[in-house]
Amino acid sequence: MALSTKNILGTKELTQSDILQILDTADSFKEISTRAIKKVPALRGKTIINLFFEPSTRTRTSFEIAGKRLSADVINISGSTSSTVKGENLIDTARNLEAMSPDILVVRHHCSGAAELLSQFVDSPIINAGDGSHEHPSQALLDLLTIRSHKGDLKGLKVAIVGDINHSRVARSNIRAMQTMGMKVRVVGPPPLIPVEVERLGVEVSHNLAEAIKDVDVIMVLRIQLERQNQGLLSSLREYSNYFCLTSETLAQAHDDVLIVHPGPVNRGIEIALDVMEGPRSLILNQVTNGVAIRMALFYLLLGENNANPN
Amino acid sequence: MSSTLLNSKDISRAVSRISHEILERNHGAGNIALVGIRTRGVVLSLRLRDKIKEIENVTVDHGVLDITLYRDDLADGIHKPELKKTEIAFALEGKHIVLCDDVLFTGRTIRAAIDALMDFGRPSSVQLAVLIDRGHRELPIRPDYVGKNIPTAKSKRVQVLLAEEDDEDKVVIQEQSN
Repeated sequence: MALSTKNILGTKELTQSDILQILDTADSFKEISTRAIKKVPALRGKTIINLFFEPSTRTRTSFEIAGKRLSADVINISGSTSSTVKGENLIDTARNLEAMSPDILVVRHHCSGAAELLSQFVDSPIINAGDGSHEHPSQALLDLLTIRSHKGDLKGLKVAIVGDINHSRVARSNIRAMQTMGMKVRVVGPPPLIPVEVERLGVEVSHNLAEAIKDVDVIMVLRIQLERQNQGLLSSLREYSNYFCLTSETLAQAHDDVLIVHPGPVNRGIEIALDVMEGPRSLILNQVTNGVAIRMALFYLLLGENNANPN
Repeated sequence: MSSTLLNSKDISRAVSRISHEILERNHGAGNIALVGIRTRGVVLSLRLRDKIKEIENVTVDHGVLDITLYRDDLADGIHKPELKKTEIAFALEGKHIVLCDDVLFTGRTIRAAIDALMDFGRPSSVQLAVLIDRGHRELPIRPDYVGKNIPTAKSKRVQVLLAEEDDEDKVVIQEQSN
């Protein structure tokens, strides 16, 4: 019982049995966060470094809490306080960190492929916590955990992913993971925000939100990434909202038991209306809770694997 | 090569006797809770609970411990058992906890279980019930209730089969097979 991979770079490399193992392990870890003493000794003496070159509240805190609940020592390094501002490059930074013998590196970077690049230069297992618009595997896994805990089984579920697919690593990780688990994915958004290659992944494309959510089990609303909208792909946020904001009127088109997930942070009123976001079908905070369990599972499974094959 | 140490009748008599001993020592079922260690300790704990219910007509609190995260050999990476849920849905304060396991051997599992239990609260006492005590302790741990003491060579393997998990009730001893 071990994962088929030493690093978690993307959901692309994960097999169905890897994903099931991660979800099952995470399910067992959920209980620890409900205890009065939220800590188990499993990773005592292990060191985890969070290396974040992009702003993050949820993901960084989630990885940090996950490590600490397993008794690992967690070090946080953010881009603005690291030596990269002195001109040190990514690989040198990682090599220097590795010289201090960490057991896992968690990396977030604005360039696609950054985590994979690092994995070629360091021996420690690497978890990709988001690289550019490429992958964000732990987010996809926590989405699956959340969906599974409400629907029981993932196979055959239909999902609509709504928003800026083009810039979304969350969408890319989810599409691959969902397909591996036998789910059907439809992406929804204005044509400029839907990349041409997406249809080749076997994903249905729609440009009409009300139509696209009629028959789905899950609606995944993506954040409009305001910091990545300088290429003129969107004429205006208001226009986007008019067509693609998930409001209670639009939602009336969907099944009564449809689930709504969003990777956060939310632009209230732009991609999702306030009442929908806080409504009974929204699992947004549930996702955040599950994120800790997923990251505990990744640490636990990766470190075990690593120890079983020293060097 | 394996030989049977206990059959299904022996096991059921042992469960009966242990139930009576637990009730006698704790003056009834009032403050008792049974906690089984996965996997076969859980089966034993459920049987004890049913038996206690039969005797006293009281259903005592019951919990399940997975001690994987507390093992002292986790870092070796040799053991990588599947992690299952721990379920302790009652407060331990004021309770006499009876930990249940199938075989007591080195005592390391019980050490891990006591550590895990203490993370949930402060019970009045922790007692230990096992179906088989085969000796060879590596830690200062002793059972309070024993189904059967079986002196064994350290190289032998004692296996408890219980119907809920293994389709039959039986305790066998065999040569280590690896």
